[in-house]
Amino acid sequence: MKLAYWMYAGPAHIGTLRVASSFRNVHAIMHAPLGDDYFNVMRSMLERERDFTPVTASVVDRHVLSRGSRDKVVSNISRKGEEQRPDLIVLTPTCTSSILQEDLQNFVDRASLSSQADVILADVNHYRVNELQASDKTLDQIVRYYVEKARKEGLFKRSLTAIPSANIIGILTLGFHNQHDCRELKRLFRELGILINLIIPEGEFLKNIKNLPRAWFNAVPYREIGLMSATFLEKEYGMPYLSLAPIGISNTADFITQVEKLLNLWARVILGKSFQFALYIENQTKFVSQAAWFSKSIDCQNLAGKEAVVFGDATHAASITKILAGEMGIHVSCSGTYCKHDVERFNEQVQGLCDEVLITENHTKVGDTIARIEPSAIFGTQMERHIGKRIDIPCGVISSPVHIQNFPPGYRPFLGYEGTNQISDLIYNSFNLGMEDHLLDVFGGHDTKGISTKSLSKNEEGIILWVPEAESESRRIPGFVRGKIKRNTEIFAKQNNILEITVDVMYAAKERLNR
Amino acid sequence: MKTAGMSFECETGNYHTFCPISCVAWLYQKIEDSFFLVVGTKTCGYFLQNALGVTIFAEPRYAMAELEEGDISAQLNDQKELEKICLQIKNNRSPSVIVWIGTCTTEIVKMDLEGIAPKVEKQIGIPIVVARANGLDYAFTQGEDTVLAAMVHRCPEYDSLIEEEKSQQSEIHTNSKNKSTSHQLVLFGSLPSNVASELNLELKRQSISVSGWLPSQKYNELPKLGYKVYVCGVNPFLSRTATTLMRRRKCQLIGAPFPIGPDGHMLGLRKFVRFLIKTNGLKERENQLWKNVEDYTRIINGKSIFFMGDNLLEISLARFLIRCGMIVYEIGIPYMDRRYQAAELLLLQSTCKEMNSPLPRIVEKPDNYGQVQRIQELKPHLAITGMAHANPLEARDIDTKWSVEFTFAQIHGFSNVRAILELVTRPLRRSKGNLNLVFPSLSKQTKI
Ligand code: SF4
Repeated sequence: MKLAYWMYAGPAHIGTLRVASSFRNVHAIMHAPLGDDYFNVMRSMLERERDFTPVTASVVDRHVLSRGSRDKVVSNISRKGEEQRPDLIVLTPTCTSSILQEDLQNFVDRASLSSQADVILADVNHYRVNELQASDKTLDQIVRYYVEKARKEGLFKRSLTAIPSANIIGILTLGFHNQHDCRELKRLFRELGILINLIIPEGEFLKNIKNLPRAWFNAVPYREIGLMSATFLEKEYGMPYLSLAPIGISNTADFITQVEKLLNLWARVILGKSFQFALYIENQTKFVSQAAWFSKSIDCQNLAGKEAVVFGDATHAASITKILAGEMGIHVSCSGTYCKHDVERFNEQVQGLCDEVLITENHTKVGDTIARIEPSAIFGTQMERHIGKRIDIPCGVISSPVHIQNFPPGYRPFLGYEGTNQISDLIYNSFNLGMEDHLLDVFGGHDTKGISTKSLSKNEEGIILWVPEAESESRRIPGFVRGKIKRNTEIFAKQNNILEITVDVMYAAKERLNR
Repeated sequence: MKTAGMSFECETGNYHTFCPISCVAWLYQKIEDSFFLVVGTKTCGYFLQNALGVTIFAEPRYAMAELEEGDISAQLNDQKELEKICLQIKNNRSPSVIVWIGTCTTEIVKMDLEGIAPKVEKQIGIPIVVARANGLDYAFTQGEDTVLAAMVHRCPEYDSLIEEEKSQQSEIHTNSKNKSTSHQLVLFGSLPSNVASELNLELKRQSISVSGWLPSQKYNELPKLGYKVYVCGVNPFLSRTATTLMRRRKCQLIGAPFPIGPDGHMLGLRKFVRFLIKTNGLKERENQLWKNVEDYTRIINGKSIFFMGDNLLEISLARFLIRCGMIVYEIGIPYMDRRYQAAELLLLQSTCKEMNSPLPRIVEKPDNYGQVQRIQELKPHLAITGMAHANPLEARDIDTKWSVEFTFAQIHGFSNVRAILELVTRPLRRSKGNLNLVFPSLSKQTKI
């Protein structure tokens, strides 16, 4: 047992659900108690999803505990199959099913006999893997299943596309700025003359999975999700892949250079020519992205040597560290991640770019580190943003866990050249605001302080008195509305020529004025 | 049963609601010196951290005792582990009570929380209350019910003989005519303290004094309970607490409609009055209140509404809205205790008659999929629903109000009548402009 207040990565089933509900026409059935379908709320609220989230629960209750859930699961699967005609139903185990130790695979086998849809059991163990690992695993499982199926049916397509093409693997629902990143990546590929073969799982139909090997290579922008599928495809079908996030100018340049290399493996054979992207990189870096110029400009000079702390998932934390230290001359005092399963690679990437590396899933450790270092700005998750608030240090959010603010309707990619512009803004604004606040403090602070709690207590018509009971009563009103309610009460008292505010007057006023 | 003529249906129970452990969110704020420890898995923790939004950043007085593989396979000793964690809590926060919330996992692995608690309590010297508020047995607000039912056992004893003697003596001393002291009335249900004091005041106007609340602001101020103590619930989901109060502490339950809306509140007050003492000026007050909210009732009068059901407030809210002139198509509700809610159901029935409105369908353990089909057929003006369905329904041109807000907003008593109507009318007042005429539906799906 451990005492925990907060976690950076969610439980395994969330990862499975994110993958399943990202594909088109896939339905997930959770084997879970009532109340565990909170995923639907998150997707509907955070992603502002217009459509019903294709996730239901096969509810585990007392009845199920005593009788076993086989019949219920099987009938729920066939019912969903009939109601919504999905192509695939993914039975998703939760912490509860992990300990019930029922033979879910057996239920799936039975259900698939009668169901029109394909049925699989997500192979994830609640106690062994977290959300990110589970999504990687589930994606891999689904890819394997359909590749295998197509091969058996003789439908498998292995011929490369005539025009160079790529698969993008690992874009999914509830991912940090995933939708925008995906658009930016598509644009980047288009400009390089590369066709997008498939993007999985987001928005893709399962029947197209058989076409995966037609791409010239796979791109896995986030290491956390998609690496397993990419290695599978490499091992089985010799598809090369590239698992590098094009975040920041140098990473993006690296990315494009590697793409060039991968393309040229085939280009000489198939197209009789080779690709050269050096000029493109230079042009983009100099003129499309503002980031390179920005880091030379006077603004950025002011940032030189300022201290920052970075924390997030491995991909984002490493990339942002690289940008801060390598591209903007900011002193990264500490860089860290909660992706414990990917430590080696993280260490390798941030080596030489920061004073210390922090690997932990415990937010109080992160908080303590930040408090000790007292950087000028933090780049972290929503949790670090709140840590920053408490100790008055500005924070730019660069990684999951996500929050509704991380789903802006406007275009905010982190990847590619437009991404570099967005990141420059984010970094600059964080530091700049910090400076501004600091200056204000030095020169006497905001003179608006206290206005919100000012009351009408004293005025020409006389003094309105709060009797002690009423005063203490008013203290029970939640802070953020207290000022307003007190003011309203006094207005009410004035209108009715009441000079003394008692508890009765307070409630009378509330009845009359509350709206 | 006097509620004959009402039809109750029961569906598959495949509906969306919050896990009952969410009750820690409001209970830790209500009981100021408490600490809530949820003994469960990452699943429970993830739910809490996301559902409670920003409160999680405010150093809340709740936490998870997160079970790991070793706890499940019983390699670790539960008592020792819990003791370690509770000591940590004691050192960091020194609460007056620690409430252990049992979850699905502790149920399934049969962790004997009730058995362990007294031992740990002795070791660390802080009372430990155990409530099993899990998703196997309960829905959302019922979590509070399990916690309060567990707290009933911790309330001090009210000994009528001693107390009466005392009060007689003080009456002699002060020569007070105040009859109210001869009745002990304890209200149960967690309300924000300003709402609670308003209800106290309202009753005081009727010369009824409330001798205590369960839960109290502080754990050490739990009310005295015993034979001759009248108890009354302020929320519709407290049936276990009610039963425990009657059976285990021999209290007398006053069955009344819940103080939601002027009608419910009024009848509740009358009920007390009949039990306890005489009344004055209630009818006028009720009328005045209806007048005060006419601007709102005019908006919803004649409009239809559909409750998908997830928090057990549904019957009371529907009853109030029918009285406001709405037509209720369906009342979905997770669980229906017809005995505890009897007075409320009767009032619903008589309200329908009075307003000449058809009796709504009451659907226990609803099936959300079927309900969405019905909503699309019936096209109600408003659907009260959880967040999982709100955006998709809006995209299909059905106005919705997110149901959980009713649990967190202040809706009890006379002065909050406007607040309920404020919530209900918000989606209807919102002007959707011309866009909505051109694009009534913004969904991609053709089927559900
Ligand atoms: S339903 Fe059970 S497992 Fe899920 S959050 Fe609630 S108590 Fe935890």
